[in-house]
Amino acid sequence: MQKSLNINPDKCTGCAQCELACSYESEGVFNLSKSRIKVFKFHDEGRFVPYTCTQCSEAWCQQACPVDAITLDLATGAKIVNDATCVGCKVCTIACPFGTINYIADKGVVAKCDLCGGDPECVKVCPTNAITFVDANWTGLDKMRNWAMKTDSGSQASA
Amino acid sequence: MAWTKNVLRVNLTEGTCTNEPLNMDWAEKYLGQRGLATKYLTEEIDPKVDPLSPDNKMIMVTGPLTGTCASTAGRYSIVTKGALTGAIACSNSGGFFGNELKNAGLDMIIFEGSSKKPVYLYIEDDNVQLLDASELWGRSTWNTEETIKANHGDPMIRVASIGISGEKGCKYACVVNDMDRAAGRSGVGTVMGSKNLKAVAVRGTKGVAVKDGARFLKAVAEAKQVLVDNAVTGQGLPAFGTQVLMNVINETGALPTRNSREVQFSSANDISAEAMAEVRASDNKSNLVATAACFSCTIACGRVSEIERTHFTVKDRPEYQKASGGLEYEAAWALGAATGIKDLDALTFANFICNEQGFDPISFGSTLAAAMEMFEAGDITTKDTGGLELTFGNAEVLCTLAELTGKAEGFGVDLGLGSKLLCAKYGKPELAMQVKGQEFPAYDPRGIQGMGLTYATSNRGACHLRSYTVASEVLGIPEKTDPLESDGKPGLVMAFQDATAAFDSAGVCIFTTFAWTMDDLTPQIDAACEGDWSTEKLLEIGERIWNLERQFNNAAGFTAEDDKLPQRLMKDAAKTGPAKGLTSKLEVMLPEYYQLRGWTPDGVPTNETIQRLNL
Repeated sequence: MQKSLNINPDKCTGCAQCELACSYESEGVFNLSKSRIKVFKFHDEGRFVPYTCTQCSEAWCQQACPVDAITLDLATGAKIVNDATCVGCKVCTIACPFGTINYIADKGVVAKCDLCGGDPECVKVCPTNAITFVDANWTGLDKMRNWAMKTDSGSQASA
Repeated sequence: MAWTKNVLRVNLTEGTCTNEPLNMDWAEKYLGQRGLATKYLTEEIDPKVDPLSPDNKMIMVTGPLTGTCASTAGRYSIVTKGALTGAIACSNSGGFFGNELKNAGLDMIIFEGSSKKPVYLYIEDDNVQLLDASELWGRSTWNTEETIKANHGDPMIRVASIGISGEKGCKYACVVNDMDRAAGRSGVGTVMGSKNLKAVAVRGTKGVAVKDGARFLKAVAEAKQVLVDNAVTGQGLPAFGTQVLMNVINETGALPTRNSREVQFSSANDISAEAMAEVRASDNKSNLVATAACFSCTIACGRVSEIERTHFTVKDRPEYQKASGGLEYEAAWALGAATGIKDLDALTFANFICNEQGFDPISFGSTLAAAMEMFEAGDITTKDTGGLELTFGNAEVLCTLAELTGKAEGFGVDLGLGSKLLCAKYGKPELAMQVKGQEFPAYDPRGIQGMGLTYATSNRGACHLRSYTVASEVLGIPEKTDPLESDGKPGLVMAFQDATAAFDSAGVCIFTTFAWTMDDLTPQIDAACEGDWSTEKLLEIGERIWNLERQFNNAAGFTAEDDKLPQRLMKDAAKTGPAKGLTSKLEVMLPEYYQLRGWTPDGVPTNETIQRLNL
């Protein structure tokens, strides 16, 4: 079963545990500026929103890459940047509609979420389950269940 | 590892910024943060220095765990000689600023001298500059943060700044970072203002490394689980914030009310966590809109609040209709119970102003309460207040005076003196609820006896964050003791004081200690920091720090005479609740405390103690 990251901003407290775990997994240091997942804070609204790559099937970053440095991990569905092939042209960063692939100036290559090989660290450390890793075919399951509970037959749906 | 081993020294008189290596011998003996910066400060300044003179120094400091994934490991402190107290000051703050400082490759910044013109320090990793702040002077902390980010075109900069109150010498001005986190107490912001330093703006991208990554991650994961499994850190604080205490402490009979004339507030529930979460009939919303965590914190006690848009404080002022930092327990008590005010949105507004203009809500609320009592007695009149009726329970006056104090205008100038100087000025020094010049927080020593000794002996003046015996006396952590009993409290206070000093010095939040013992912290330190670290060693460091702070205060001129509580707590018995009929038994506890500490009956560490602790 392929899985997807599923983010529920309502549960996020903005603690940055996900960013710390991500940067440590990918760079070996704790460093928010090197994380592939980022928590945005909308202070005046009291909202926190974790945001990262959703691994598009038709991945525009991959399509745009002139040297085929971005490949599909068939097991996880993740689009993986091959550092040795990437030439740092940044065209992928322009092609991505969501901004979730970014250039790392220190290394001269781009970086994006690779789902940690199928066991994402951000999911493991999130203290409020704002980030979960769920069946890719059923990313809407929790929302469906919540709405189902609000119907007249809610007591049956929640059972 | 863990330490960056790099200190930035900023001479504001000369306008120079120089790097120097961290003294690792001192790191070994004082760990980091509070302990390490206190060592630096006490080595570098004359204890008798005027806190507001250029000869005082101000240190911004991180701990070895700051910036790592250890839970709550985002803390930094400001260590200086306090403007409010004239004692050693160490004010600790969360948010994200401490992490940014560490990521810029700095364990600490030592500010010395005083700038001729307003400046701010800008740090972008190794690019360090003192920049002109004349455009920022006169602005609030909120506006300063926004303006610096906009001017540098970088929304990811973290800013710690002072507001107008810090510029104009309010004695209890804070340093505010990330809009609503503050190094709040003892007037550290006043010291910053005296140096003409408006802000420190940091963007750090270097990363923080630890000694043994695999072992560190395992220790952190285990310690985080301890927080999850604990009722306070796993349930109470995440669900209700520190405000979970309002009804609990009121029922304990230890909620100082109307300048400590009473120990219970009949309207406590109106200003409690429960009230914050209650959905209003008028607009179908609640005061509480979100829960917010500081950097790396898996507890998330922070509250985000919005004021009802038709409330008198904000109805014509859309800039205050946005969400911002909500009430913590201490602020809700000081702005509410201490002043007899039960209007939750008014307290929320006053709290917003404290953050916006950078002044301590505990000292402000307590000083206002003393002023209200003097107004009631006729010592202060409308001639002094510019026509304001300072009656207990007056929410409009609270909000007006919060704004006046924030801008140092009108009667706000007097309130900015703090209770000790204000009460002396109006002839009633006994009405100041303070120790060593610092107003005490939200626990009445008549109803929680350990807190009386805590306040009296706290090295930074009255404070709950130096030995939170409420944990034991009310919540039963690590074991329940009787809050009405003084027996055993000297040992309890000492144990809390030493452990707290070590936790502070690691760079984690003291709230972890509701769940963690030193044995939960030690494996994290030992995996992160070079060298060998044991619980015994960390506890000894805590005791060493406590004694170092005491030595500084003694050298600054404090004596056993200053380890005293206001007469009201010693003579006027509690009128209601479980503590009815009781006063503080400080006079019984204090001599035993000195003895346990290895101090003379005059409160001076003996030579034997000094040698044992290798001071």
